[in-house]
Amino acid sequence: MSAALQVETQAPAREFGPLTRQMFVRYAGASGDLNPMHYDDELARSAGYPSVFGQGMFSAALLAGFASDWLGAGNVRRFGVRFREQVWPGDVLTCSGTIVDVTEEPGADRVTVELAATRQTGGVAVTGSAEFLIPRNTTASGAVSPATP
Amino acid sequence: MTAMPDSDTDGTEGRPWEVVVERGKIAEFAEAMLSDNPDFHGPGAIVPPTFLTTAARWAPPGVRVNVGFDRKRLLHGEQEYTFHGEVPTAGAVLTARERLVERFSKPGKRGGTMQFATVVTEYRDPQGALVAEARATFIETAAK
Repeated sequence: MSAALQVETQAPAREFGPLTRQMFVRYAGASGDLNPMHYDDELARSAGYPSVFGQGMFSAALLAGFASDWLGAGNVRRFGVRFREQVWPGDVLTCSGTIVDVTEEPGADRVTVELAATRQTGGVAVTGSAEFLIPRNTTASGAVSPATP
Repeated sequence: MTAMPDSDTDGTEGRPWEVVVERGKIAEFAEAMLSDNPDFHGPGAIVPPTFLTTAARWAPPGVRVNVGFDRKRLLHGEQEYTFHGEVPTAGAVLTARERLVERFSKPGKRGGTMQFATVVTEYRDPQGALVAEARATFIETAAK
């Protein structure tokens, strides 16, 4: 089991999408970010965009869910993203993650990962970095793997 | 948001507001993030990593920091959440407060000046302990 928490270990990549306007609307309501640029096509076109586009924080939330399923939602201690490229209706985002550091702490391992959400074009929508504090007894028991949601 | 003069600089603080972490809101947010992770459901639901973005929804008028950027040129550059211990769960009552921690500028790629501002939101429990922090970096692109 400890092999799963080594530097350079990668999470199984996961696809989200094709993304829809309905997903953007649902995120708008859930988050409270009612910026119409994410659900009003007419407004988006008048601003020079081909259509509405997804909230950066929606892509961030997808990446956060991916990382939570991988290393344990309750273990997260830091999650950060940088917004790089817009995401459009019909896009498919592929989330990926790699362990870049493992530090031993009393009873737990602090695992640092680098994350990315990449569009089907190869363009990177969001990059991220996160830390998870994973109790060592969980991994040592071998009963439950945090890598297996 | 209330207007704030551009001359305001580091040290600007907003006022505190109450954030009640609700189970139904967590489930709604989990659905919106296309997650079926059971940790985000039930009486002991924990908050997803970016859930605290929802706290702004119920901030009373005037309590939040306004960096004073032109909305038409405003970009959200980076966002980070730090949890100082266990992740908050349904039922938690937190107090949120924003403060402007950094402001700087860089030359724009096509001339002009890009402005940057970093706002940190602290979330504290009823005993005053720091539970979580959100760090947002905003960018105002150069005027055309």
